[in-house]
Amino acid sequence: MTVTTNIEPVKPKSALARLLAVVLAMASRPSGLVGLVLVAFHIVLAIVSPAIAPYDFKELSAQLILNSPSAEHWFGTDNLGRDVFTRTMLGGRQAILVTTISTVLAITWGGLLGVLLGLVGGRLDEFLMRLVDAFLSLPWILVLLLIVVMIGFTPGVLILTLGFFYGIPVIRMARAATHDVVALDFVTAARARGESRFTIVRKELLPNVLDVLLVEGAMRWSWMLLAFSSLSFLGFGVTPPTPDWGLMISDARSFMSFAPWAALAPVVALSSLIIGINLSADALAKAIGIDRAQQAPV
Amino acid sequence: MVRLIVRRLALGILTIVLVSGIIFVGVEALPGDTCTAYLGRAAQGTRLDNCRRDFGLERPALTRYAVWALGAVHGDFGVSLKRKTPISEIVGIRFRNTVILGVTASLVGVPLAILLGIFAALWRDRPPDLWVSTAAICAMTIPEFVTSTVLILIFSIWLGWLPGIVTTPPDAPLFEFLSDIILPIIALALVMTAHILRMVRTSVIDVMASDYVQMAQLKGVPYWRIVFRHVLPNALLPTINLVALTIAWLLGGTVVIEVVFNYPGLGRLMIQAIFFRDLAMVQAIALILATLYVGLNLFADLLTLVANPRLRTMKT
Amino acid sequence: MSDPLIQVNNLSIGYTNRAGVTLPILRNIDLAFGKGETVGLVGESGCGKSTLALAMMGYLKSGLHVLEGESLFRHRNVFDMDDRALEDIRGGDLALIPQNAGQSLTPTSRIGQQINEAVMLHTSLAREQWRERTIELLTQVRLPQPATLLERYPHELSGGQQQRVAIAMALAGEPDVLLLDEPTTGLDVTTQAHILELLRDLAAETGTAMVYVSHDMGAIARVSDRIAVMYGGELVLEGPARRVLKQPAHPYARGLLMSIPRIKEAVMPASMPGQPPPPGGAGQGCAFVDRCPMAEQRCRDERPALVPTAVEELVRCHFHERIERLPPPEPPKRPSRPGLDDADIILSLDNVAISYAKPGIVDQILGRRPDVTPTVDNIDLTIRRGETIGLVGESGSGKSTILRAIAGLLPLRDGTITFDGVNSLNTSVDERAKDLLRRVQLIFQNPDASLNPRHTVAEILALPLRLYFGLNGDELHARSVSLLNQVRLRADYLERLPSQLSGGEKQRVAVARAFAAEPELVLCDEVTSALDVSVQAAVLDLLTQLQAYRGTTYLFVSHDLAVVRAFADRVAVLYQGRLCEIGPSPAVYRLPSHPYTEVLLGAVLEPDPDTKPTLAAEDTVDLFPPATGCPFQRRCPRRIGAICDTEIPPWQPTESGHAIRCHIPLNELHGAQEKASNAVAAK
Repeated sequence: MTVTTNIEPVKPKSALARLLAVVLAMASRPSGLVGLVLVAFHIVLAIVSPAIAPYDFKELSAQLILNSPSAEHWFGTDNLGRDVFTRTMLGGRQAILVTTISTVLAITWGGLLGVLLGLVGGRLDEFLMRLVDAFLSLPWILVLLLIVVMIGFTPGVLILTLGFFYGIPVIRMARAATHDVVALDFVTAARARGESRFTIVRKELLPNVLDVLLVEGAMRWSWMLLAFSSLSFLGFGVTPPTPDWGLMISDARSFMSFAPWAALAPVVALSSLIIGINLSADALAKAIGIDRAQQAPV
Repeated sequence: MVRLIVRRLALGILTIVLVSGIIFVGVEALPGDTCTAYLGRAAQGTRLDNCRRDFGLERPALTRYAVWALGAVHGDFGVSLKRKTPISEIVGIRFRNTVILGVTASLVGVPLAILLGIFAALWRDRPPDLWVSTAAICAMTIPEFVTSTVLILIFSIWLGWLPGIVTTPPDAPLFEFLSDIILPIIALALVMTAHILRMVRTSVIDVMASDYVQMAQLKGVPYWRIVFRHVLPNALLPTINLVALTIAWLLGGTVVIEVVFNYPGLGRLMIQAIFFRDLAMVQAIALILATLYVGLNLFADLLTLVANPRLRTMKT
Repeated sequence: MSDPLIQVNNLSIGYTNRAGVTLPILRNIDLAFGKGETVGLVGESGCGKSTLALAMMGYLKSGLHVLEGESLFRHRNVFDMDDRALEDIRGGDLALIPQNAGQSLTPTSRIGQQINEAVMLHTSLAREQWRERTIELLTQVRLPQPATLLERYPHELSGGQQQRVAIAMALAGEPDVLLLDEPTTGLDVTTQAHILELLRDLAAETGTAMVYVSHDMGAIARVSDRIAVMYGGELVLEGPARRVLKQPAHPYARGLLMSIPRIKEAVMPASMPGQPPPPGGAGQGCAFVDRCPMAEQRCRDERPALVPTAVEELVRCHFHERIERLPPPEPPKRPSRPGLDDADIILSLDNVAISYAKPGIVDQILGRRPDVTPTVDNIDLTIRRGETIGLVGESGSGKSTILRAIAGLLPLRDGTITFDGVNSLNTSVDERAKDLLRRVQLIFQNPDASLNPRHTVAEILALPLRLYFGLNGDELHARSVSLLNQVRLRADYLERLPSQLSGGEKQRVAVARAFAAEPELVLCDEVTSALDVSVQAAVLDLLTQLQAYRGTTYLFVSHDLAVVRAFADRVAVLYQGRLCEIGPSPAVYRLPSHPYTEVLLGAVLEPDPDTKPTLAAEDTVDLFPPATGCPFQRRCPRRIGAICDTEIPPWQPTESGHAIRCHIPLNELHGAQEKASNAVAAK
């Protein structure tokens, strides 16, 4: 097979320029654009909402129970008389905060361990992979619930727990990506030169594995949001009266037949964020040029 | 090939053993033990000691593990602290119910997903594909409790066609059950279908771009023959594993659906067990679900082994 | 032309890029041929030859569309036909033999089923007769045990067998035209020769017309009646094979022939400067103008038309008459290099054995080595400073394995490797001193894989400079620029990423990287095998110059005998990891030869219509070396008996200073081989 002779125009690219190029590539498709807009919207909302919320989220009012949407209360009120609009605006803050930190945690520890295992191989690798398989066979929600119930559901515990458990499938993925890269000649060339292990990992492996990890990170984030809101729904996520979409939906369930607005608003909010992340992750993968085989969602 | 099968089986068993170890160690690692958890504030003094003695909690961990593990193999998971009855009795029926839910949803979801996935791939990037793919993304990303809630809203509250919660008792005969659980089945099937659909679609698109499909075109093979003889076998083969993985994963997450619909399955039992700190029950359910997961994976691997000509003819 | 089966009229094909610009892949192609003719379509990568062949079947890769013109099959334009009509002729009247048969056969379908499909679609035979017909076809392509083969899956067959199956499948419909798209790429030299002979025989037997697409002039020379040369999407020369090969009327064809290394003597393949233009980059004049030694202003302004010459050729050049007066294009001879025998020894391998087998658990406990036949065994090699040693063999010969062991990437099972008389290279990379690592460098085959796609050229060169010399800042930059200049790349290439370089440029960067360490010994692992032939010539030229400048020693591994002939002073021939013959190149490439060398040399295809390959051995593949005796025992056409299986053959030195490892006494071997070669020449 002969090597192709296609040449692209010469343009040195700084890191910032490359980042901008990727974002623009993502936005060039309609689905990517929608995804980016949704994610950006929610992040901005999470940051500024306390400043612009019209009401106090915990302000109860016996008279205003389950009022339908009106001029004073755009989304109506819930079963305790609280303003649904305010609570919806604030409902994502805890979720986004917790899941963002735990995503970074998961990718970091899972990625590092995965790369290490992919390099080292041997007995340790085999044993740890069996352990990883065993961990992955546990029902995730059981484990999360158990820990959260027994130890307590503070944001700290949630971050650590989610970060740990969602990092385990990342190990698998980083290890596979490392295997792919290690087989390439430029890594062999570095070895033959006598570069130190550390230099090889830092200079040859990581830059090539990082792409895959980035896309995986985006997907992880959406799964974590799902898990977090499921936990809240079951009553084990946030502590009331902190507003949270999952909890709001759970509360509003009993009144859905005559007061659907209390459930609809958080449903739309939560769904739009998760869909936005997924669309962005897909667009990111295409922009970077990764051929993402569909993997199981764990 | 027999060697491969045996190796795979051994691996499966090893994984289950490892899982049991992890579960045991995990539960041990949690603050307190079965007795403190159950007795709660009353966990002190002689009551605590008696409780501990009754459950043999003074014995070393390894012994307790061995007893528990060996018992589990025989289907004996010990006694539920809360209900004072053997766990296996309680769990048995709930397990059946969850399996019913899973199996029915799979029977509906998997064939549908495969058909839709192939359909979406063949009409790639055109309106049929865009509709299907968008619907799939929505079903996949929106949390199950949301879809379930919306389903109840539409079909139970607004249209009044189907019951929103399950009212038949847990040990009711099969037939009574089925008519009651249509909505939960739809809810689970929706998520399942969405995931599997996307996988099948990607796989078919990849195969359609392969050299051998191009060759078939250049050989003058008509389009539909290419699809059925050259594309589908190669596209569906790698998805067997992913399908099994997805089903297994989703079964672990049926908890939420069971809570929303008040379905008397393993998931709801699990929530109650956790809530009441019934650790023995929790351990048992974890082990059962994990074994189910490993079993499904094993089945998928073996199926792939048999169906894939490359593996079938591999000289070990 | 009596009745052309295929007639391409002014065909232009292109694609529209994201910016909305239409770029042509093919421009104004005129080509016609009829029954019984074989047309060779030759050109380097990117010239559009595959696109043209597929277009004759009415097939365009996604994104391509017809810009103008037509392609007629039996007077009907294939681009006007509907799907049903196309399905009818494809595989039936017009059949394709693809490039990579292994990937073009459906993995989940048995061989028999796939050929049956062709029979079903394109013959009128009844279902009961299909099996018989399939076996007939498999026999026609000389596959052994066709009845058993029917039940096999594609992955169970070797490369050569897969290709034959593809040929059988193509013949099922008794086609009028066969289109062959680089059908022997990736196959061993001997397998390739067999397949080509099969194709020639089939063409003669059935009168099928063939279009043979290839970048390999040797293969083209063997099968073609007429040759069409393509460059930059255009047809630049077309005529009788003999004429095009001996006296081509276009400067590109001349340049191409001059860059091909030959077997008969050591030549210096001459390279053409520059690169082919990208699609749409040809400007308004001749596509070849930037690289042509005879270019004038007229060539830049006016695109030459395809005109007929006096001798049934068509050529696209303003000055073709001038070219016809030039002597036949042959690369110049390589000057001899005296004094190599007096230099001191830089590398010596003593009884080196290497094995890939890893000890299993039981072996590890008992502390013993696994008792398997080593991949490489019994290697004795002495290399003197400043010389180039060629290591030649087919796939599985262990040549790359030896290089990696020398580099410290593989452990030795037995024997010693000594560098510069004192340093033992028995150690792995981790155990070697940095300076020792510096003095021995490795260059890889595929520049796409050997350069980190995330690193700029500056970073790629900086790594060894930092590692071995601790350079930084300005000094580093200056040294990098100097290195780039030595490999004839401009300083502004430092900021480029590998994806912005051509194949040849990437390989130059790899060479620069190796020389950044200022090594004494450079190990070249098939460094030109992935490159176009003219690019290959440029890289070889570069390596020669660097050697002259620095006195570097090369250990040059290749499966291409002609390249090794052009480049190496001494040659060692390997089969299944064992040495067969070693000596100065002129001696190795002459008689007497080891029987394996004889087979190899016989199978080589030269771009000369008068030479014929001799197919001595069977087209089988040895998957692993035999435990005892001569490694060639199973395929040797000169096998003398049981002794070949049991005893390792002794080294027999000849007068020319080379040695052959064979049981047959030298004078007998020489005599028999001379008789055979005379017989072939007489035919």
